[in-house]
Amino acid sequence: MLRGLILVLCILCGPALAVTPSEMLDDPVLESRAREISKGLRCPVCRNENIDDSHAAVSSDLRVLVRERLLAGDSDAQVVSYIVERYGEYVLLRPQTGGANLILWIAGPFAFVVALGIGLVFIRSRRRAGEGASSAGLSLEEQKRLKEIMGE
Amino acid sequence: MIVEFGHFALILAFAVAIVQMVVPLIGAHKGWPGWMALAEPAASAQFLLVAASFAALTYAFVVSDFSLLLVYSNSHTAKPMLYKISGVWGNHEGSMLLWVLILTLFGAMAAWFGGNLPPALRARVLAVQSAISVAFMAFVLFTSNPFIRLERPPFDGQGLNPLLQDPGLAFHPPFLYLGYVGLSLCFSFAIAALIEGRVDAAWARWVRPWTLLSWLTLTIGIGLGSWWAYYELGWGGFWFWDPVENASFMPWLLAAALLHSAIVVEKREALKNWTVLLAILAFGFSLIGTFIVRSGVITSVHAFANDPERGVFILAILAVFVGGALTLYAARAGTMEAKGVFGTVSRESALVMNNILLAVAALVVFVGTIWPLVIEIATGGERKLSVGAPFFNMAFTPFFVLLALILPIGAILPWKRARLGRAVRQLRIPLLLSLALAALAFAVETNRSAMGPIGLFLGAWLVSGALTDLMTRTGRGGVGARLRRLGRLPRADWGKAVAHSGLGITIFGIAGLMAWEIEDIRVAYPGQAYDVGRWSVELQGVEDTRGPNYFAQTGTVLISAGDKPVATLHPEKRSYPVAQMPTTEAGIDNGFLRDIYVVVGDAQADGGWALRVFVKPLANWIWCGAIIMALGGVLSLTDRRYRVAAGAAKSNAARGGAVPAE
Repeated sequence: MLRGLILVLCILCGPALAVTPSEMLDDPVLESRAREISKGLRCPVCRNENIDDSHAAVSSDLRVLVRERLLAGDSDAQVVSYIVERYGEYVLLRPQTGGANLILWIAGPFAFVVALGIGLVFIRSRRRAGEGASSAGLSLEEQKRLKEIMGE
Repeated sequence: MIVEFGHFALILAFAVAIVQMVVPLIGAHKGWPGWMALAEPAASAQFLLVAASFAALTYAFVVSDFSLLLVYSNSHTAKPMLYKISGVWGNHEGSMLLWVLILTLFGAMAAWFGGNLPPALRARVLAVQSAISVAFMAFVLFTSNPFIRLERPPFDGQGLNPLLQDPGLAFHPPFLYLGYVGLSLCFSFAIAALIEGRVDAAWARWVRPWTLLSWLTLTIGIGLGSWWAYYELGWGGFWFWDPVENASFMPWLLAAALLHSAIVVEKREALKNWTVLLAILAFGFSLIGTFIVRSGVITSVHAFANDPERGVFILAILAVFVGGALTLYAARAGTMEAKGVFGTVSRESALVMNNILLAVAALVVFVGTIWPLVIEIATGGERKLSVGAPFFNMAFTPFFVLLALILPIGAILPWKRARLGRAVRQLRIPLLLSLALAALAFAVETNRSAMGPIGLFLGAWLVSGALTDLMTRTGRGGVGARLRRLGRLPRADWGKAVAHSGLGITIFGIAGLMAWEIEDIRVAYPGQAYDVGRWSVELQGVEDTRGPNYFAQTGTVLISAGDKPVATLHPEKRSYPVAQMPTTEAGIDNGFLRDIYVVVGDAQADGGWALRVFVKPLANWIWCGAIIMALGGVLSLTDRRYRVAAGAAKSNAARGGAVPAE
């Protein structure tokens, strides 16, 4: 129900441009920093959209807020933590690396190391099996099939 | 009447599926040929009945029969015919019926083209396939029945979500489903092999075409979806790492892995355990994908069903099939031993690496997709977080870069025993060319992006590596003779080279788009030209227009290079009165090296219009690459080995054993 409502709200905001010219800063360096920060922040009422792409009114507010903080002289990290303090960690599209999230970040590299280990053991075992096999380098099955082919 | 007929046909198909699930399995166990042979006509009957049922539903949509709840909620008389038809699967119930239709289609194809399979294996495959049919037909009939009538038919329908009224999206679900559901047949083959306790080269040869078909239709489906998102959602992104996209991407990665590991089983009789496990997991991820999309558990841009009853039902299907399959696997996997022997540097080892990288990449996508859910459940809803594109770009990309780096080397290595030095010598020209291209790009580019040159290098390396691989297959001799021999190479060799090149072209496009996009946002005034990159942009005016079922404001934007006009674009803001929903239609000038992409925004008080202009380098290469990948799949699929599989069946029979007499 709530989600349906949120969707309707998103839609009612209308297809304005995501970033409107009136929101943009005059200083191109500050503006490009604002864009970068915006791309990492999630629109709180949309489905998987960052505030830079989102049409929702709250995203527009957030974009203006980001720019206000930048004008006030905050660093990028300060701006992000300012927004997270007010809107929660939900707005971070790139999840924090500490705590339980460590599992999320480590999962890929960890699985890769384990899989690589298993893969190498397997490959070595295949090579050893080869050293034990007949001098022709054929397995029993292959020898049988060779005979089959030659016999026909 | 026709609708009731369709409903009845579906119920009948359900009954046939139950019989097909049980009887052939008993027949195969006891060795009763008659019971086994029942599977074939049953599979055909099942498919024809579901096809009739689907046709009845389509008919109701075509004639706008609003006495049907589904038609009323998803269609409208003013809708163009194409979208009346695509409206059949543009909703939960209809799309599940399409799922079942494709499921039974694959079952029937296995029956029709499975003439060379040993009867017991064929009976078991068809029985397992039918078990999946039973589960999903029950799902449709008991939780998502599309044939429910309204007592008082309303005058007109509620229309289809305007975002879905687009040719790209109309055909996106059928292709995706062909891929998802095609993997069910690989699953059925894996289960049948586990029941028989035997996996050999012949088995792999039967599984490969189905994997290939699933993979190539998934490729087309994902490509269509990404293309749609690019031009429809209004900011020109091509991939959002949305849970629904990930749901189709995970099976694609695993299908690609399965495709390669099945080659090792077929050629070298190694990696059997792993291949069977992959076949189970690939279909498992299809089911997880269906669960994510259909249950609405992770809401996102295009998840449009949220009913817990359905989610729980799909979860139960997932638990029964994947849980059951993994239990069977644990009990039987030990009996299948590897036979092929190979050295540390060999094609086999390279394919093991391919499988490791693809499987780990799929795992990263999986963990990232379900992580918000895991955290929400673990903390009882107290902690909510998001995992978005920045995470996936960081966590996923390294594995794919590594994959692209080793791919051309692995593809050129001979089976059994190879020398790395020789492969590198064969590939020195592609390597130097690709490095030169990357260096050139780095020297020319103004933003010092590392991603662009790296991406160009990988793309060029894949394409030129694939060409080199093809040329080395033509043997020795003069260039003319080798070129002539090129035409006589097996289609599978061509398929491999083409598909790998397609991947390279896609990587090329992604790198260009992500590294060198130009964006300009400003208030444009009619008649005042301004520069974006090396193009001049002039808004000529914005007019009110109307389409068949929408109103629009259409801009006219002239793009020119110097004094020469390049294109006149018509970006639109549409409003669909029935659905009360606005959409944006970007104006796009497609080019070989770049797209110019214009979106019109709101009118300003001073007579100007907000205008967003992008120059997107190499954008079309992304989807072009996907088409080429799929084309490679088609080439491999038409290789004569699959058409003349009689040899496999014969050698299998000669090896004797489990083939019962008829």
